[in-house]
Amino acid sequence: MSIILDKVSYLYGKDTSYEIMALNDINLKIDDNEFIGIIGHTGSGKSTLTQHLNGLLKATSGHIYVDGEDIYDDDYDMKKLRGKVGLVFQYPEHQLFETTVFEDVCFGPKNQGLDKKTVELRAFEALYNVGLPDDLYYSSPFELSGGQKRRVAIAGVLAMKPKVLILDEPTAGLDPAGRDEIFDLLKKMQEELEMTIVLVSHSMEDVANYVKRIIVMDKGHIMLNGNPREVFKYYKELERIGLAAPQVTYLMHELKARNLDVDVDVTTVEEAKKSILKALGR
Amino acid sequence: MIRDITIGQYYPSDSIIHKLDPRVKLFATLMYIIALFCGKGIVGFAVITVFLVTTIKLSKIPFAYITKGLKGIVMLLLITTIFNLFLTPGDKTFWHFGILQVTNVGITNAIVMTIRLIFLIIGTSLMSLTTTPNQLTDGLEKSLGPLSKIHVPVHAIAMMMSIALRFIPILVEETDKIMKAQMARGADFESGNIIKKAKNMIPLLVPLMVSAFRRADELAMAMEARCYTTSDIRTKMKPLHYEKRDKIAYSIIISFVVIVIVTSIVIPFPQ
Repeated sequence: MSIILDKVSYLYGKDTSYEIMALNDINLKIDDNEFIGIIGHTGSGKSTLTQHLNGLLKATSGHIYVDGEDIYDDDYDMKKLRGKVGLVFQYPEHQLFETTVFEDVCFGPKNQGLDKKTVELRAFEALYNVGLPDDLYYSSPFELSGGQKRRVAIAGVLAMKPKVLILDEPTAGLDPAGRDEIFDLLKKMQEELEMTIVLVSHSMEDVANYVKRIIVMDKGHIMLNGNPREVFKYYKELERIGLAAPQVTYLMHELKARNLDVDVDVTTVEEAKKSILKALGR
Repeated sequence: MIRDITIGQYYPSDSIIHKLDPRVKLFATLMYIIALFCGKGIVGFAVITVFLVTTIKLSKIPFAYITKGLKGIVMLLLITTIFNLFLTPGDKTFWHFGILQVTNVGITNAIVMTIRLIFLIIGTSLMSLTTTPNQLTDGLEKSLGPLSKIHVPVHAIAMMMSIALRFIPILVEETDKIMKAQMARGADFESGNIIKKAKNMIPLLVPLMVSAFRRADELAMAMEARCYTTSDIRTKMKPLHYEKRDKIAYSIIISFVVIVIVTSIVIPFPQ
């Protein structure tokens, strides 16, 4: 399933004095089974972009094609689109409302108009996939810990069986262990369930470790678009727009400057280790 | 959608109206309402219209922006107009059917009430559009200050008001966010009959309530951590004091009310 954005622009507060160009002429193609990271400074248009992908916001101009169909056609079924493209908002645990965890996860598939049995099956599957201990399935979502709540909220979107899952800062406010759990979960879903994952993040380390393609947003434009190695080569440009490269990139540049023959384009700690050992001849 | 509500919103600009002391604006609004409901006859309303239009012009707020606030009360306006038009008895009856009748008094009443309501909304929203919530509560606190002599907790009331006002945009934003999050899960807030619609609101209202309580809790904690208390005499960082323009504004508003009342007594035609 592919998503194509064709010259998409979006204005906030059209025709008022607060008018802001949030997206400016975005062209983008998202293919099957990709793992994409969107990075950018606050207010660069990341969140606005993600809300366009499942039709929550309608572009001021331009077109979006999902599976070759224009989602702005009058007879396009938005509900179907929301089943195909799942969107997990920032702090998704704030949307929980049901009396039990299980009921809450059922909400999405129920809205898709599925029969009771399928709904429950999907809810179980989703809760199993996010790795929530099964003795918590029937407790109130408000009794869980922050990390557990977040996993329940993600399960709530997963239960709709989307082909594309978009997550806006899924690890904000979680401790390192919770963060790793979420990322491993996403990686598993991308590899085993063959989903496309689009991740909005502030953490360059996380993005470098997990995603295959990075899209850098700045002031409503796409500034860079490529795999982590390519993108982090431009770390000076990234700094100019308030971002940075992963710390290992800086370390490698420093080592290179001090005459150690290492590969400056590595993006993860693991790769850096190999490169340094090689340079030291061990 | 939900962001279109303009009542109680501030519109930043650097006009003379924005710069006036909030006490002046509060007093002016009160006087304006009195004038509006004492005003009679075509001349009286002409004076009010001129005053209102001049104030809007001075405030540099686009006219279309103010009238957006009227959208919300269209229903109320319609009901008022219809009730007045069809249910008022009068000396000359033009048409009647059962208890419904159209009379000369009914027609003038309907017109006058509709104009009054529209002017009321425009005038009061003009105040909130030109005054930040903080200024407003500051003004209220200062104006009601004498009441604290008879043990009315003026400061606490003002503080509660400013917190409540401060929370409006936060809750609006929160509603928008939760609404989107539930829509992403296939929730439908538009279709269905009224019972179904109300039921569909649960996924929106429960998280909203939870977050409102959480925020209130956090705010209370933060205030307590800063040793907030209402019992001591508190000083202000920016105390209010009158300027020359405020005195001029006072004299203008008082003469406005006097003119409206006098013209309404002298020329009460056509009512």
